[in-house]
Amino acid sequence: MALKDYIRQRFFPHIWCPGCGHGIILNGLLRAVDTMGLDKKNIVMVSGIGCSARISGYVDFHSLHTLHGRALAFATGVKLSKPELNVIVPMGDGDALAIGGNHFIHAARRNIEMTAIVMNNRVYGMTGGQFSPLSGYGTMATTVPYGNIDHDFDVVDLATSAGATFVARTSTYHVHELAELITKAINHKGFSVLEVLTQCPTYFGRRNRIGDASEMMEVYKKNTVRIGSKKKQENPDLLERGIFVQKELPEYCREYDNIISKARQK
Amino acid sequence: MHDAIKFIQGNEVCVEAALYAGINFFAGYPITPSTEIAEQMAVRLPETGGKFIQMEDEISSMCAIIGASLTGHKTMTATSGPGFSLMQEALGYAIMAEIPCVIVNVMRGGPSTGLPTHVGQGDVCQARYGTHGDHAIVTLTASNHHDIFRMTIEAFNIAETYRTPVILLLDEVTGHLREKIEIPEPGKIPLTKRLRTAVKSGVDYHPYLPREDGRLPMSDFGDIHRYNVTGLYHDMWGFPTDKPQIVYGLIRHLVDKIENNTPKITRFRKYYTKDAETLFISYGASARSTLHLVENRRRRGENVGLLELQSLWPFPADIVREACQHVPLVIVVEMNMGQITKEVKLAVDDPKKVFLANRIDGVLITPTDIRNTLRVIQGKGV
Ligand SMILES: Cc1ncc(C[n+]2csc(CCOP(=O)(O)OP(=O)(O)O)c2C)c(N)n1
Ligand code: SF4
Ligand SMILES: [Mg+2]
Repeated sequence: MALKDYIRQRFFPHIWCPGCGHGIILNGLLRAVDTMGLDKKNIVMVSGIGCSARISGYVDFHSLHTLHGRALAFATGVKLSKPELNVIVPMGDGDALAIGGNHFIHAARRNIEMTAIVMNNRVYGMTGGQFSPLSGYGTMATTVPYGNIDHDFDVVDLATSAGATFVARTSTYHVHELAELITKAINHKGFSVLEVLTQCPTYFGRRNRIGDASEMMEVYKKNTVRIGSKKKQENPDLLERGIFVQKELPEYCREYDNIISKARQK
Repeated sequence: MHDAIKFIQGNEVCVEAALYAGINFFAGYPITPSTEIAEQMAVRLPETGGKFIQMEDEISSMCAIIGASLTGHKTMTATSGPGFSLMQEALGYAIMAEIPCVIVNVMRGGPSTGLPTHVGQGDVCQARYGTHGDHAIVTLTASNHHDIFRMTIEAFNIAETYRTPVILLLDEVTGHLREKIEIPEPGKIPLTKRLRTAVKSGVDYHPYLPREDGRLPMSDFGDIHRYNVTGLYHDMWGFPTDKPQIVYGLIRHLVDKIENNTPKITRFRKYYTKDAETLFISYGASARSTLHLVENRRRRGENVGLLELQSLWPFPADIVREACQHVPLVIVVEMNMGQITKEVKLAVDDPKKVFLANRIDGVLITPTDIRNTLRVIQGKGV
């Protein structure tokens, strides 16, 4: 199918600023879905609130645009009540890990099959550039006018320790890797987390004097390496990309089917 | 098959009724005095092929039942005061996105953690106004096992009819009380099925375009129609908009579909009201004590009656006005500081004849408490 066939053209133009990385992630997602040959009828996209969350409205799947931070909770209801559906949850960094942090770790712990794509622009885009739990020490944002003294989470470490059975990271610069990792995440039989470093030129880029969208993406190219690369040993500050965790553990919905069998044998 | 007779707690009656109504998804978080509902659901739901999940909190419980309703299931959660507070944002979402579901609040003493193991009826106004923004809401209640069974089923039926969340307000006393219940055989009580669209594949389906009768046929997630659901103001496709006419049309629709159907939604019982000179109005556990007093007084030849409300919101103002019309004295009995009393005062022609008999100390109001208030009002002394 042509990519435009996965889009609700009626609802365009989109709300994103020129250069926003969220559109690149949408593109990667649609290419992944297309390669996998998934039936649109079997995909539910559940999102919270934020610039990132608007992605769900633009795609021609079943789409549930919910409350700030709560997407995974809604998604859990969708998935457990109809496990044959593919549930994809695009999330903002604030959405996923500030207000929604508790749902994030619990969904990971439960190992319920769905894909959380954390669209990490290190800022609250939708509300105009406040710091997020992923902004990091020393960054600038409207609510830390003298510099940020909050430390950030590492999404990969957090998801891993919370029990996610698939954990990966990439960036909007690495578009082929992006589509490939989304495919693997969706195919994974368990809770999968993909962190995508993405640019908000309007707020994060400008306030932190990183430059425009292309300059921000240039940073992703320079500051990241494939997992296991020698460069990381030479420069520990580089951020690794790729798959960190990929393991099989009992999946929640399948486990619940066993509960039903047990209850019925009683 | 015969009606099965059971001797169980009110909370368990609620579970049996939900199963009778066809529930197949429950999400919840333990909290006294509602916990038995979750525990019993965990046992009973998988036996019927349904799903139970204990979520990480009440926020996520409420969100999960909304998600599960969209795949075509009848869903419910149960909680008490503190959890009900946490559910308010998602409750508003269910109102806005028009998602049928049932929320049970087994009331305890509040505010805050309050009196976890004691009775209260202080969440009546929260049920009405707890979530932000203008909206209408349906709230049912019950004072005995027979009615808990009926009202739980009504809650599911009304949720489906009007595509709306419905709140069932029980209280610690009715929830924990053990008494006899006859579970009717299947088919005896009518159930409302989800109204699904007849629009064929490939034809534009408008999930948010009400039919002439105000109802909106649904389509399950996973079925042929793919559409957007949002808590933002939205057009007939469910897509966000801030166009004033569409915003106006939607808020009017959300309020009117409930308020204009108040007579259909209203449920009540009348006891000895025809010639009553003193009319009690009550609901839930308070109504049990009130009925006891009324029957006692009747035996002594006093013309007292009881209007028991089984639906609190939309407030049945017409029924109340009519019942109070020729009565010189109206006493509202409730375990709060007059949340329904205010509504009664607004509904009647002469608010000065309306009094409150209450207890707000976590103890069930007794017939003697009510009688004492009555005597004080009558100037007789206690
Ligand atoms: C309960 C609640 N609190 C606050 C907000 C306001 N709000 C909307 S989006 C947002 C943050 C968005 O940041 P992020 O999740 O990182 O997404 P982005 O816009 O950066 O893609 C906030 C704080 C809200 N909608 N709901
Ligand atoms: S504010 Fe930032 S995140 Fe939001 S659309 Fe603009 S660039 Fe993207
Ligand atoms: Mg962000």
